[in-house]
Amino acid sequence: MAEPLLQVDNLVKNFGGVRATDDLTLDVRPGEVHALIGPNGAGKTSFICQLMGEITPDAGAMRFAGASLNGLDTPARVRLGIARTFQITQLLDEDTALSNVALTIQARQGHCFRFWKKAADDASLLGPAQAYLAAAGLAERATVPVRDLSHGEHKQLELAMALASEPRLLLLDEPMAGLGASESRQMVDSLKSLKGKTAILLVEHDMDAVFALADRISVLVYGKVIATGAPADIQANHQVRVAYLGEGDA
Amino acid sequence: MAEPTSNPKQGKPKNVRSRLLLAQLLVILVVLPYLANLIGQPALTSLATRIIILAIAAASLNLIMGYAGLASFGHAAWYGVGAYVVGILYRHSVTGDPLFGLQLGTDQLLITLPVAIIIAGLFSAVFGALALRTSGVQFIMITLAFAQMIFIFFVALKAYGGDDGLIIRRRNAVPFLDTRDSLTFYWICLAVAVVWYAVLSRIVASRFGRVLEGIRQSERRMAAMGVRTYSYKLVACIISGMGAGLAGALMANHMRFVSPDMMYWKQSGEFMFMVILGGSGTLLGPAFGAAGLIGLETLLAAWTEHWQVILGPLLVLAILFTRGGLSGLVRLIRGANRG
Repeated sequence: MAEPLLQVDNLVKNFGGVRATDDLTLDVRPGEVHALIGPNGAGKTSFICQLMGEITPDAGAMRFAGASLNGLDTPARVRLGIARTFQITQLLDEDTALSNVALTIQARQGHCFRFWKKAADDASLLGPAQAYLAAAGLAERATVPVRDLSHGEHKQLELAMALASEPRLLLLDEPMAGLGASESRQMVDSLKSLKGKTAILLVEHDMDAVFALADRISVLVYGKVIATGAPADIQANHQVRVAYLGEGDA
Repeated sequence: MAEPTSNPKQGKPKNVRSRLLLAQLLVILVVLPYLANLIGQPALTSLATRIIILAIAAASLNLIMGYAGLASFGHAAWYGVGAYVVGILYRHSVTGDPLFGLQLGTDQLLITLPVAIIIAGLFSAVFGALALRTSGVQFIMITLAFAQMIFIFFVALKAYGGDDGLIIRRRNAVPFLDTRDSLTFYWICLAVAVVWYAVLSRIVASRFGRVLEGIRQSERRMAAMGVRTYSYKLVACIISGMGAGLAGALMANHMRFVSPDMMYWKQSGEFMFMVILGGSGTLLGPAFGAAGLIGLETLLAAWTEHWQVILGPLLVLAILFTRGGLSGLVRLIRGANRG
């Protein structure tokens, strides 16, 4: 078995009396889609925030591509090759879709202490930005301000921006949340096209999407991983059915 | 190129329109002093000089407040520091007393302006580095507190006039120019302002400027892009402080007087007001804001001593009904003219 890209060992995080992450151990292998499912409040988003360095864990180790992540801030982790999307999209609302992606590419290219040359017609930013938008099906909407885009387009744009930072690991926090049926299908297709190229940790409630995409699934309940395995094993797992899938989907 | 500059409703690309506005503004500013003499109001030139200088300071504040979303309530401190640099250097050039053990006094504008810019930049670097550890309302309060500290320091600085300030008997000299002539000084200030606005327009359109606008909209997003925002904010604060120092140095020459009042919180508030009134986050907004505020103040003060009672509501109305401040109003009027 290949060396895991992301290795999390015995991660613990308490918020007051609430144990949001309870001795969590999980790994993501290069190129795999690892889905993380679990009921609301299981601690999925706070786990992603810890991976990104937005929340500091109380205990445990996180290693990415052989290097420890502990103590690194978010920008440092992004530079190492981790990118995320947000459950509630975080975009630059006043800017156009194109300049959102262009700014991401600018950030990836290194420091932005360039004061003189106009960024808005810099071909080294706009060319790749347009390519990422086109891949996300947003080519037509490139010059529309983000606040005038639909919710589904926001989700696609965030994915395009995450990809524009050329990550080795993508953390997707509920990419299907709030999407209609056809938008969901489009998102699943987008993610399928990434399979094998970028490792993905997928947090998602939409079980159809999860079973369509995931190579492995981990089930998180009360901050603890209660099962990890191939989709078929998870579906058959009694404990999981009781805790989660039994809620109606399986 | 899919540049979002063309607006089908108005027919002309946005950058052509804004260049036209710029050209119109410059023509007005160039003919203004002659017009003022023609209508027998030479004092207008002095008023215009003041507005131009304040517009430099307001534009500098706009870089951090309008573009980066950092509402600094201490901008007058750097403005005052720039003014004191001119005042103190002038004082030493007259008395011949050494400054830090050296004969540093000078009354040459070509030296005092850069020195004022650098010193103000140093001050804003030190205080900005501390203030930027906070954000939001705390940032407003801490910048206010720092500025008031500097204000108190200069009030207590008896060697340089303390409360009474410093009188500068003659404006700083420039080779081959007679700076005592108010028209010449107007040209100098206008030229400096044009250069400063040109520099700012490049900065806000650059990669650095794009990061600042990103910071205003979502710091979390910028972090997710891999950008450490602190250093960008700090550099923006330093540039902003340098611009304020430049304006202060010019104002010290214009008024031939420096006092701690220049760095009092009311002055900081006025700068903020110019930015908001003019339209924060727009290049020319602060200039419109400075002209609007000082113009109204002057007009109303000539009319009644209770001018503030009228000015206040006017400002509130201006902000409520001209989306995006005065530059929004200008855009509206120009848009309407073109149908």
